[in-house]
Amino acid sequence: MLRVEVSRQLGEFSIEACFANEGRVTGLFGASGAGKTSLINMIAGLLRPDRGIIAIDGEVLDDTAAGLHIPPHRRRIGYVFQDARLFPHLDIRQNLDYGRRMNRLAEDPALEARVTDLLDIGGLLDRRPGRLSGGERQRVALGRALLAQPRLLLLDEPMGSLDEERKVEILPYLVRLRDEANVPMVYVSHDAGEMRQLATQVVMLRRGRVVAFGGTEVLPGT
Amino acid sequence: MFEISPTEWTAILLSLRVAAVATLVATPLGIALAWLLARREFWGKSVLDALVHLPLVLPPVVTGYLLLLTFGRRGLVGGWLADHFGIVFAFRWTGAALACGIMAFPLLVRPIRLSIEAVDRRLEQAAGTLGAPPWRVFLTITLPLALPGVLAGMVLGFAKAIGEFGATITFVSNIPGETQTISSAIYSLIQTPDGDTAALRLVVVSIVIALAALVGSEWFARRATKRLHGN
Repeated sequence: MLRVEVSRQLGEFSIEACFANEGRVTGLFGASGAGKTSLINMIAGLLRPDRGIIAIDGEVLDDTAAGLHIPPHRRRIGYVFQDARLFPHLDIRQNLDYGRRMNRLAEDPALEARVTDLLDIGGLLDRRPGRLSGGERQRVALGRALLAQPRLLLLDEPMGSLDEERKVEILPYLVRLRDEANVPMVYVSHDAGEMRQLATQVVMLRRGRVVAFGGTEVLPGT
Repeated sequence: MFEISPTEWTAILLSLRVAAVATLVATPLGIALAWLLARREFWGKSVLDALVHLPLVLPPVVTGYLLLLTFGRRGLVGGWLADHFGIVFAFRWTGAALACGIMAFPLLVRPIRLSIEAVDRRLEQAAGTLGAPPWRVFLTITLPLALPGVLAGMVLGFAKAIGEFGATITFVSNIPGETQTISSAIYSLIQTPDGDTAALRLVVVSIVIALAALVGSEWFARRATKRLHGN
């Protein structure tokens, strides 16, 4: 379980958010500029809260009162960015293997096979990121994050930079990921339709504040 | 005319050795410093930056003389190194390498720094979330992506080290077989009667070395860029 209770000033803008995730996929929903990305950057450890606590499965990752801040590389929290961020100098196989090597995990061919099948990226292994389409890149980024065996997966509008056609291509993979990968996720989006299909629980953000919390019925237009 | 004499060979080989050693020792230091300047904010950063560039703007004779004062037998550092480790720079080829390394340093650091600055920090962040501690992020992401700049810096540094004259001759003099590089050999030859042909031969040799270095670096840089841009 993830527990977040943080505040952070960013120029004129401030974030004050408090929520806990229990479901498989917590959706962080809000318009752009609502503070969604800053919030998951804090969960990932890329941004330090001014005040507050972040804990996962009882382990405290940030506690400003105690001066505690675990750096990103020791959090075991996967992050899929909007702009895939594949390493351009490594081929797809090496990109996928990066997290395993950095965490000094044993090779696990069964897991690799399962993830490459799940995301249908087996045919891309020997290619370079530069030769991939946007959708393929995003699938590889998902696989790369999963193969680091995270205890939580953050997804920051993973379809945000894709056109409608590509979105339709990626969405089924995300649904499969939710149902089969067995990793809790925090999914950021401003698209209510996407949220309805993926999230099991929704945190609605507006101008840095949590304005609603609950099942997908809190989404607008329901 | 094109017969290179043994003395000239000695000067050519010495120049290559001095420049190679200077470049190889300066490169790791240059990478560390370039990273500091590109990626860290700290007190005294602008002073450090100015110090690195100083040999570029100081008269070489001044740098050479300062080296003599510091690393000479009776110099503060030179005396200590000689007493404790038996390392002597004054009037040795190692001193020539030190002078060349210091003179080449600003030219070496600059392209490396620029290429590290050009590495997308978001990729470094991504590597961090995948479990890589900062030093491994540097070794597996930043450094490989900055490689074309590192190679460019090494070639520029090497070229500068091969051509260095003022600081070297001031610090370690012009001793054939020990500290007489191509540049100081040319200098001696044009001051001797009938030295012109020999001087010209060395001039041709320096042009060939410089061109080879440029072509080589261009080739490396193109290969590296191709490799890094994911095609």
